[in-house]
Formats: sequence, structure tokens, C-alpha cells
Amino acid sequence: MNMADLPSSSNPAWQRVELARHPQRPSFLDFVRELCSDFFELHGDRRFADDEALVGGIAAFRGRQVLVLGQQRGHDIKERIRRNFGQAKPEGYRKALRLMRLAEKFHRPILTFVDTQGAYPGIDAEERGQAEAIAFNLREMARLRVPVVATIIGEGGSGGALAIALANRVLMLENAIYSVISPEGCASIMWRDPAKKETAAAALRLTAPELLELKLIDEVVPEPEGGAHNDPARAAAWLGEALERTLNQLDAAADLPGQRYQRWRRMGQFFDETA
Amino acid sequence: MTWFRREKTELNPADKAESRLRTEGLWSKCDQCRNIIWKKDLEENQHVCPRCGSHFRLGARPRLALLFDESGYQELDAGLFSTDPLSFTDTKAYRHRLASARSATGLQDAVITAEGRLDGQPVIVCAMEYGFIGGSMGAVVGEKITRAVEYAENRRQPLIVISASGGARMMEGAVSLMQMGKIAAALARLDEAGVPFISILTDPTTGGVTASYAMLGDLNLAEPGALIGFAGPRVIEQTIRQKLPEGFQRSEFLREHGMLDAIVERKQMRATLIRLLAFCRPRAEAAPRPRAAGRS
Ligand SMILES: [Zn+2]
Repeated sequence: MNMADLPSSSNPAWQRVELARHPQRPSFLDFVRELCSDFFELHGDRRFADDEALVGGIAAFRGRQVLVLGQQRGHDIKERIRRNFGQAKPEGYRKALRLMRLAEKFHRPILTFVDTQGAYPGIDAEERGQAEAIAFNLREMARLRVPVVATIIGEGGSGGALAIALANRVLMLENAIYSVISPEGCASIMWRDPAKKETAAAALRLTAPELLELKLIDEVVPEPEGGAHNDPARAAAWLGEALERTLNQLDAAADLPGQRYQRWRRMGQFFDETA
Repeated sequence: MTWFRREKTELNPADKAESRLRTEGLWSKCDQCRNIIWKKDLEENQHVCPRCGSHFRLGARPRLALLFDESGYQELDAGLFSTDPLSFTDTKAYRHRLASARSATGLQDAVITAEGRLDGQPVIVCAMEYGFIGGSMGAVVGEKITRAVEYAENRRQPLIVISASGGARMMEGAVSLMQMGKIAAALARLDEAGVPFISILTDPTTGGVTASYAMLGDLNLAEPGALIGFAGPRVIEQTIRQKLPEGFQRSEFLREHGMLDAIVERKQMRATLIRLLAFCRPRAEAAPRPRAAGRS
């Protein structure tokens, strides 16, 4: 561990935010390279464009043909710009749904990998119906007849993350984060002070162990000491074991849309009723 | 049915939570045309400016009173309240914000779900209350709307949801986010059951509410001039570092871009819903699950 790896903050939630966004953290396509063979990328939503922020394709994973989908932030600045920093537009979400329906048609399980600050907030995205694209994915994913497993691998930013994560099981890497809003956004709205981002990160309970306790995710996948970037091969191997075990369990499920509905129906039972 | 709490119907209550009105005693100023309007004229005109037709924001109770038949409506699950899952505190504790919102609106949370009749036909209607923490969606809004979707499915009654919301409720963190998935999953079942869902988007409808149920109507209607979008205008301006064009993210812009079936003036809304529901009748019997054949 060198000095650059030392946490810059004593706030444990913020340390995880920094790990989740670490420039060397393995990306979606890094995990695909480690976990799968014969990856073949499939492009485009057949309506408007191919969104390189959200990548999809077919692959072989531990003896299975699977569909893999995920946001790709990019490692260097050139790739980041090409991939719009992993912030998908409506065509990205529509491509994702097209590919998920392809998987359903051929009875292949779907593995999604979430790593995005959020869906792209821009004029063109609004014009083409960003909200509708996300909403439509949520509803249509609910009724897919094949197993769907989502893993939050880095940053799970709001509706743009959820739009590929309405799964039978939701896994989360130990140092990933998943939130309704970024800590920076929350700090500027609730505290009117972007400098309160570390406080906001703690208040939002966006770490994997906290989300497991809130029963919003199903499993925390451990990472190597210091974070996945310290040993990407080992991080991928541990995730691979969790995914294989989860797929084996879902193979036995009789009614996948029914199981998925029950899982989501239980989300957030944090209310009481006045007499 | 313990969840089924029948309450006395209020037909025409004063709407305390109504915003955008700059009230000085008996007079209001219209933000659009800048005219000073006698409050009574505004009320009699369903809170639409008599001079320029601008639609003022309207609270959940007066909305329900405008839509249902004179026989009124009965609230469903009115007693649900948030238990503050994150024990969230920013500059103020969330539980104090909830308490203020409750006393300001007389509601437990940001939506009223209700059953009643529309032109004699039984319907389920959800009306969001923007005056309750910006109409934001947390676990209570998520649960009440999900239950409303399930009632609509089980009773085979049309569902109408009137949105007015800044989106997911930050103070409930990822709990709020997951409500989007929960409601969308319930709407998939309603769709399969062949029961109509009409979404009415009013000013403003943004964020996680637009990106879940508000855009999933069999028919999506909006009032004129409503702000509707995924990202809020300020966030977009910060991202692209330029001013947004006039009319961006307003109802007329959304219709032009194919996201709305129609823009309907408030005074025409009830008659329009009756017309649309004459076409969209609930299918007589539930299709067997898994879903009906024919969907690709
Ligand atoms: Zn006016």
C-alpha cells in the first residue's frame, strides 16, 4: 500500500465512496474479462443509437451462456469521454432492455453490473425520454421469465442504476455504494453546502453493510484487503463464486417473475399505522 | 380488512398546502401574467388563472374533490406514517420535518389514496400532495401506491394516479429509490391483468416519480405548463453549463417529443377521464400468469 492508497478521510462512509470511485477500481469490462470467456458485444437500441456508456453482450460464464450488461465509466480520459463517464442516455437503457428480451427468448440468465453516477442529465436525454426509458425498464424487468442477478460493483447512482437492477437477487461488492442521490448532490440540496459531502455520505447509509441491514440488497461480496483494485483477479474470483452460487439457487426457483415480485414488494417496510 | 379505514369524506376543504399562490389576504398574484386576482375568483375557477389560464398548483384533497362524483371518496391506508428508517438529520431532523409537514397539510404523508366513483364507475385514485416535503416519495408513498395498484388489480377497477412530486425522498435514502422498483413491478401485474392505469402529471413531476409510475400509464396526461422531467432543470444547467431553452421540460415540450398522450386543462380533466375510461375498460377476467401470450 502506498501513500495514495491511504484514506483521505476518517469518515468510514466517505472512505467507501472514494474506494467505489477509485480510478484503478476494476470496471464492468474488467470483471467480464476475468469472469467470462467468449464475450461478444452487441450494439444499439435499434431505434436511435448505440450508447457506449452502457455495454451489453453475450458471454460464457462457468459453463453457462449468459447475457452481461453494465455501465462502463472508462479508465483513461479518452475512454471516459467516449463512454460519457458511464452515464447512459435513453438509448442505453433501451438497448439494455432489447438485450434482456433476447436473453429471455433463448432462456439465458442475465447478469447486470452497476457502476454509474446516474443516468445522464442533459437536454438530449430529456428530449428522448430519459424518465420513460428508466420507468419502462423497471416494469419490463419485473416480468422477465429468466433469472436476473444484479451486482453493484462501484457506484450505484439512483434511477440510472436501478434501471438495470430490478433483479431476482441484488449483490453488492463490499466497497460499492448505492444511493438515491450522490453525497455531493445531497449536501448541496439538504445542507446547501457541497463541502458537507462526507456528512451526507454517512447520513444516506449508502454502504453495502448498511443496505444489507436495511434489507435492500441480498448479499455483500467481500473484496481483497484495501479494495478490489489491490487484487482485481481475486475480487473477480470471489464475485464469480457468489454469482455461480446465486444462479444455481435461481435454477431451482419455479416462478422467477413471482419470486422477483415478492422480493421487490417487501422493499422498505419502514412505516407504521395510526390507530 | 384492517388496512381499510373509512373516513368521513371531505368534499371541499380549504387547501392549506397549496403553493405558488402569493396570498395577501383575499388577493393572489399570478406568476404567469402578473395580474392580481381575487382569491374567490381563483377558487371558483379551479385554481386556474381567469386572465391567462395558468394552472396553479393544487393540493391532493381539492384534486380528489374535483374528480370524483358528488358521492365523494373514501381514503385508503390513511394512517400509514414513516418510521424514519435512516434516523436522518441534515440541518434539521427528518422526524421534525415530518411533524411540520403533517401539521401543515393534515396528512400523514405525501399521497392520498382513495376509492370512489367516477361517473358511476368505481375507480381507485392516488393524488400526491406537493405541500408535504415537495411531494417526495419515501416508503409510505411507495407502499400506499403499491397497495392502490394491488386494489385496482384485485377489484378490477381503473387506477388513476395524479403526480406532483420532486421525486424520491432523500431523507429515506435508498429505501426511497427502491420504491420506484416496487411500484413498477406492481404495475407490470396490473398491465397483465388488463386493468387500465391513467397517469396524470401535474406541476411539478420530476426525478424518481417520473422515472417510475408517472411515465407508465396506459395513457399519460398532463396539465398545461407543468414542469415534467427526469433531471431537474438546475442539475441539467450545472451539467451542460448553459441556459435551458424556453419551455424546456414543460408539458407542451413533452407532448412534442412523444411522451404524453394529451395535455388536458383542469376544467376538462374529469370529462376527459370519463371519455378515456369508456375505451379503457378493465378486462373481464384476469389472464393467467405468467403473462398473456403475444408480448414479444
Ligand atoms: Zn395569469
